[in-house]
Amino acid sequence: MHVEEKLTAETFPASPEKATLEGKNKFLGFWFFLGGETVLFASLFATFLALRDKTAGGPTAEELFKLPLVFVATMLLLTSSLTSVYAMYHMKNFDFKKMQLWLGITVLLGASFLGLEIFEFSEYVHEGHKFSTSAFSSAFYTLVGLHGSHVAFGLLWILTLMIRNAKRGLDLYNAPKFYVASLYWHFIDVVWVFIFTVVYLMGMVG
Amino acid sequence: MSTVARKKSLIWDYLTTVDHKKIAILYLIAGGIFFIMGGIEALIIRIQLAVPNNDFVSAGFYNEVLTMHGTTMIFLAATPLLFALMNAIVPIQIGARDVAFPFLNALGFWLFFFGGLFLNCSWFLGGAPDAGWTSYASLSLESPGHGIDFYVLGLQVSGFGTLISGINFLVTIVNMRAPGMTYMRMPLFTWTTFVASALILFAFPPLTAGLLLLMMDRLFGGNFFDPALGGNTIIYEHLFWIFGHPEVYILVLPAFGIFSEIIATFSKKRLFGYSSMVFAVVLIGFLGFMVWAHHMFTTGMGPIANAIFAVATMAIAVPTGIKIFNWLFTMWGGNIRFTTPMLYAIGFIPSFVMGGVTGVMNATAPADYQYHDSYFVVAHFHYVIVGGVVLALLAGTHYWWPKMFGKMLSEKLGKLTFWLFFTGFHLTFFIQHFLGLMGMPRRVFTFLPGQGWETGNLISTIGAFFMAAGTIVLLINIVITTVKGKKAEADAWGVGRTLEWAVSSPAPEYNFAQTPLVRGLDAFWVEKMEGKKGLTPAEPLGDIHMPNPSFLPFVISLGLFIASFGFMYYKDYSWGLMVGIVGLLITFGAMFLRSVIDDHGYHIHKEEIIEAEKKGAKA
Amino acid sequence: MANHTNSGNPNVDLAYRRKKNAEDMKHQVISFALMIFLTLIAFFAVGYDQFSPWFSVPFIVLLAAVQVVFQLYYFMHMSHKGHELPALFLYGGVFVAFLTIWAFMTVVWW
Repeated sequence: MHVEEKLTAETFPASPEKATLEGKNKFLGFWFFLGGETVLFASLFATFLALRDKTAGGPTAEELFKLPLVFVATMLLLTSSLTSVYAMYHMKNFDFKKMQLWLGITVLLGASFLGLEIFEFSEYVHEGHKFSTSAFSSAFYTLVGLHGSHVAFGLLWILTLMIRNAKRGLDLYNAPKFYVASLYWHFIDVVWVFIFTVVYLMGMVG
Repeated sequence: MSTVARKKSLIWDYLTTVDHKKIAILYLIAGGIFFIMGGIEALIIRIQLAVPNNDFVSAGFYNEVLTMHGTTMIFLAATPLLFALMNAIVPIQIGARDVAFPFLNALGFWLFFFGGLFLNCSWFLGGAPDAGWTSYASLSLESPGHGIDFYVLGLQVSGFGTLISGINFLVTIVNMRAPGMTYMRMPLFTWTTFVASALILFAFPPLTAGLLLLMMDRLFGGNFFDPALGGNTIIYEHLFWIFGHPEVYILVLPAFGIFSEIIATFSKKRLFGYSSMVFAVVLIGFLGFMVWAHHMFTTGMGPIANAIFAVATMAIAVPTGIKIFNWLFTMWGGNIRFTTPMLYAIGFIPSFVMGGVTGVMNATAPADYQYHDSYFVVAHFHYVIVGGVVLALLAGTHYWWPKMFGKMLSEKLGKLTFWLFFTGFHLTFFIQHFLGLMGMPRRVFTFLPGQGWETGNLISTIGAFFMAAGTIVLLINIVITTVKGKKAEADAWGVGRTLEWAVSSPAPEYNFAQTPLVRGLDAFWVEKMEGKKGLTPAEPLGDIHMPNPSFLPFVISLGLFIASFGFMYYKDYSWGLMVGIVGLLITFGAMFLRSVIDDHGYHIHKEEIIEAEKKGAKA
Repeated sequence: MANHTNSGNPNVDLAYRRKKNAEDMKHQVISFALMIFLTLIAFFAVGYDQFSPWFSVPFIVLLAAVQVVFQLYYFMHMSHKGHELPALFLYGGVFVAFLTIWAFMTVVWW
């Protein structure tokens, strides 16, 4: 099966992301990468947990965090995970237009999440919770900020894919690329589930 | 579409190559240069310590040399030199035409290269890092100047390269194996590469995290390690050793693999206890993640933590012991040929066992309170790293040189290198056990007379010069071989067992004209025993798909190199931030180009392959 | 061409695959609903303010773990065939992650 071949819904394989050797390699390599990312984030989570009450006179987690804001951010990101699942669903059905549409929605949700996070950070800075305020504040901004930069990278990545492939549609060359980008997006969501639990909710509990 | 007979300059060819065999040569050259630099640093250390009260170098410069010796040897010499052998051999050993990600393979090399280059720029820009190769936070936060910043940024860049290479090897070994090459038919070097790559995948992120936190503290006003604002320097120690201990296995497992190949080949026997060897490698890799805190027994983690980590550490002696016995049993009753690689293998076994025994001694937590920070520890880890890894690198270089370059290294000079290096190694480090037990602390730039350390230190210094002489002989050997060496056969040693010996030396661009069918462990040996000259093909002769060369890996890495300078100087100079951003733009711009430009590769036509194979057979 | 078919008629297979994908998608939506539900419970458990931390902390961590299992096995298709090695390496990462966090919560106390 040639990668550039024009395909129809009938000839499009059931698992387009793994139909070529390149696709198989990308798929596996990216999962391995996510295994490594798990450890990277775990190192920062561990550091945060060791330093979460070392506020050195600065604001504490309980004083800072506002549950409604975090809740909205969480809903945005969780929903964007579902919309990217929809995108992959339409990819498997060889419906390029709908895939692009759902990816677009995903990007919008992700961008709103990112905007909300930037707003949140600027609020904190106004309240005297700067990066260099305390060990707690450094750990907080590094962990949540690294997640945020993953979101930003993911947005640029998905946008690049959407624009690059807008005219040519789906083939076996770009299907694995879309699939891997969606895996990345889900992983960002996985990390966020632990961030809202460990950083925000546990911070409110004390 | 026909392949253009592309004539390019040699330099441009290597700057853009994505061929794993050429990347192997790049790794060998770069790693070799760093190895020599690390060796010169070692000589400076030994000259300074040759006699008491010496003033060959100042205390401050000694700290820089000592730090750079450790950092260079581990990150910029040992790891890349292993990558050189892995790149050259593993794809061929599994019957593959290429690695899974040729582009990323090149990117991994250039990231490592620019990271190492950045680190060594420190010598000319205000002084090298000086807080030891571990760069513990409490000490490294206080270090003035930019030395530590070079360490932090350079190792992050090269660390990305290592991680990328690790993932590339994992996927290559999983997905690219030839038909019939089941997991339990993979040569031991491939197996150890696989496990070492998995360790890289899980061990380098904690290092990246630790360096990131250190960078935040030093450059961007973070407080992770500043106790006055609630920070905790023990966090850095943990993160460093969660990486640092597996790193030892990342280095030594491939070394085990190299010796397993050499011992089986030159004993003319299949490896004794193959499956237990595989099992032992996987078990060592697994246990390797549960022992890191044995580097920190004296930080006061408490008796329970110390006991757990002590017992876990000692457990590693069991799979390692399995391997030692298997090597001995492979040689037992074998038809042994004492070639240069085999001499290294035989020398390795007792040397490494000594390193292992002192390892168990160090693992005994109460006793470690005595050994800690003394020359006993220095002796221990040099027995493991030099006696294990460096001997393996030298052995592997001699063993696979014909496969990489098509010419046989001189056996006479090779054996001379071995005897000089091996004698020098034991002279240098054996005595250090006793220096340590007599109370000599590590990382001191000089010592006072009258403590009974004079003779020991002098002997140690003499030994270092023997190792240097051995290395010089190797370099001479390489030059002579390159100029007028004997052309190597495909099966260069005549007793090759694995697939790499079935293809011409050096291997053609596409490795195998026809993907081979693997019919057992030691696939090439199986064919030879049936009286066949070549391998059994698994496919008809046809066009071969090849990846396009690319300059982008170089550009991506160069961008990070530039950005590192910018962010290091952003507080000192107004141009700093600008340069940092420009560097990142170059990197991301190149990544963007990679993303939007389709790269379908090209094909080598059947006729060209037939032509090339004919030429290869004649030579 | 490998088409993963058994009937030989591409249109029938297409219909079959579409149906299977749609069914898959139904599971995805159900797991999404469950994830939202779990999130709501977690926020509620914290916002309610009457539970002791000794209950609510392990409880919300458990909810997070369950939710992540949904993400991995449904959204990221780890329940499908051909995910043995991805699972192995992901759990390898989880193992090291667990060791790291466990160590930082027990033996880092200064």
